[in-house]
Amino acid sequence: MIAAHNLTKTFKDKKRGVITAVDDVSFACQPGQIYGLLGANGAGKTTTLRLLATLLKPSSGRAVVAGFDVEREPEKVRAHVGFLAASTALYGRLTAREMITYFGELNGMTAAAIKARIQQLSTELDMGEFLDRRCDKFSTGMKQKTSIARTLIHDPAVMIFDEPTLGLDVMTARAIVSFVRDCRNRGKTVIYSTHIMSEVEKLCDHVGIIHGGRLVAEGTLPELRARFGEQDMEEVFVKAVGGEAAVAAALKN
Amino acid sequence: MHLRNILTVYLKELKDAVRDRRTLMSVIIIPTLVMPLMFFGVGKIMSGVMKKAADEVSAVAVIGGEDSPAVLAALKKAPKLKVVATPADWKQAISDKKIRAAVDIPPGFEAGLRAGAAPAVKVSYYKGELMSDRGAGNVEKFLLDLREQTVADRLAEHGLAKSLTRPFEFSRENVAPPEKVGGNMLGGFVPYLIIILCFTGAMYPAMDLTAGEKERGTMETLLCCPVPRIDLVLGKFLLVLTGSLSAMMLSLASMGISAAFAGLLFTHGAGGGKVAAGTLGLAKQSAAAMPMIDPMGLLGVLAMVFPVAVLFSALIFTVSLFAKSYKEAQSYVAPMIFLVIMPAVVGMLPGIDLNARLALVPILNLSLVCKEMLSGIWHWDYIGIIFGSSCVYAAIALALAVKMFNREDVIFRA
Repeated sequence: MIAAHNLTKTFKDKKRGVITAVDDVSFACQPGQIYGLLGANGAGKTTTLRLLATLLKPSSGRAVVAGFDVEREPEKVRAHVGFLAASTALYGRLTAREMITYFGELNGMTAAAIKARIQQLSTELDMGEFLDRRCDKFSTGMKQKTSIARTLIHDPAVMIFDEPTLGLDVMTARAIVSFVRDCRNRGKTVIYSTHIMSEVEKLCDHVGIIHGGRLVAEGTLPELRARFGEQDMEEVFVKAVGGEAAVAAALKN
Repeated sequence: MHLRNILTVYLKELKDAVRDRRTLMSVIIIPTLVMPLMFFGVGKIMSGVMKKAADEVSAVAVIGGEDSPAVLAALKKAPKLKVVATPADWKQAISDKKIRAAVDIPPGFEAGLRAGAAPAVKVSYYKGELMSDRGAGNVEKFLLDLREQTVADRLAEHGLAKSLTRPFEFSRENVAPPEKVGGNMLGGFVPYLIIILCFTGAMYPAMDLTAGEKERGTMETLLCCPVPRIDLVLGKFLLVLTGSLSAMMLSLASMGISAAFAGLLFTHGAGGGKVAAGTLGLAKQSAAAMPMIDPMGLLGVLAMVFPVAVLFSALIFTVSLFAKSYKEAQSYVAPMIFLVIMPAVVGMLPGIDLNARLALVPILNLSLVCKEMLSGIWHWDYIGIIFGSSCVYAAIALALAVKMFNREDVIFRA
């Protein structure tokens, strides 16, 4: 599971001074559930997920992922997490098999275990045709499949997705959404950040709306709809963050 | 720190690097080809130019000399000179390379000689222009011969022996073995070359593995794995060091082989189990012996250069890590090459010798100690200080690289 307690992250900026990217955020996500982190660009989604994946250290507060504290046992956290983001690219000069093998080795797996796992993932993701081709020649769909296989090589209990459909065509995005759903069905703890409302409606069991680094609303979809008196998720989001002016101001900043 | 992780990262980076044409160019192809090109390309052109200059019959103009027909006749017969009609603007003709030099014979030159006066002949030429230098040299040789002949004739006239003006002879003999000569001649050049190649060999891999990875988005992917960051840094750093050492070793090997072949081609028989080496034009000029380098000196240089290669690799790695893109990294790293070249050039200068203070100046100390070792001088106290200080500098640079890799504001610099 994932549990964040008063998670805060500040950055120093020469021009703007101290910036609070994540401000006192607390939430929990259970195994077999998808927690959607919904927010506009710059709201703090990526920073929150990087904190959970131990790529960044919290300035204050704490988080426990798969039973390990992100600050005290970052390597153990990463050993139980699969992190997939639009910004996590592939090594273009390696083949898909080499890429996945490399991450298997870095996860401490044996050569035999890696081979068996690649065989399994290749079948599940239909990668047989391009498994031994270099990643720099891949289509977007092939790249995404390889990235998914890379995140799953060590069969992590927790999956963190940071806007994984960003810039993808409809079919590839649908495949990703379907894969995320599969992760939930397999009992994994899934956290999914996006600013696409339809994805939230399709996927998420729980939703946290983040704005200006703060978690401004949280609950299941029916709970949020009831609380803000709106059926349309976009309207719910706009009301939760304080109206259209607030969204515009946040985007301007 | 886990050796298995470091090795995994290193082997992956090695595989990645050998598939990258730009890395292969900077680490293997350029360092290997630059020496043969220097020896057989530029060297051959240089030696061709020198040969042409040496063989050329210089066109010279004579100013005056109408009342000195014997001198004029002798000039016209001189083997390396061709007396041409004197142009109106003979100075311009020298500048335009139409003639190589001009000889100004003063009025009454021959009469003056007979009267025992000491008339002055002036040779005009274009300083710094190879052919004009040669032409003036040929004229001067003619005049020296003429002067000697005049002295000999006068001595004979008075029934005096030639030894009156040449009471004794002397000659010069070299007692330095060829490798010491080579060490002195190449002692400055070889360390300079090694230092530069160590730096340039590390440049591309360091930038590619740091800023390049950030730009391509693979750095974040790599940071997701459950490996301590120090293992990632060390694995990557080892690949940068491999690039640095490979460029240097390949270039040295290529230089040795090229020089040996150049020696065989140009001098008929250099080598003999020693590593022969020569710089531009040297091969042609030294007809009897190619300058050679003591293999022990070369081994000493390689041992001394190792911590400096570590220092360069770690420093370029750290600086490139700050950059968001490969292009930005280039703009940071390129100026660093001047900081490396300056002390290396100072080390090449004659008269700058190693002392306790200079032994602590990075790069310069290496350049100076290598010059000594290649000349067969082994100051063990300085060697100890330099090796020790270089190791300390290298360790500090590597620690800095690890520290920087752990800094969020560096890795995720936006």
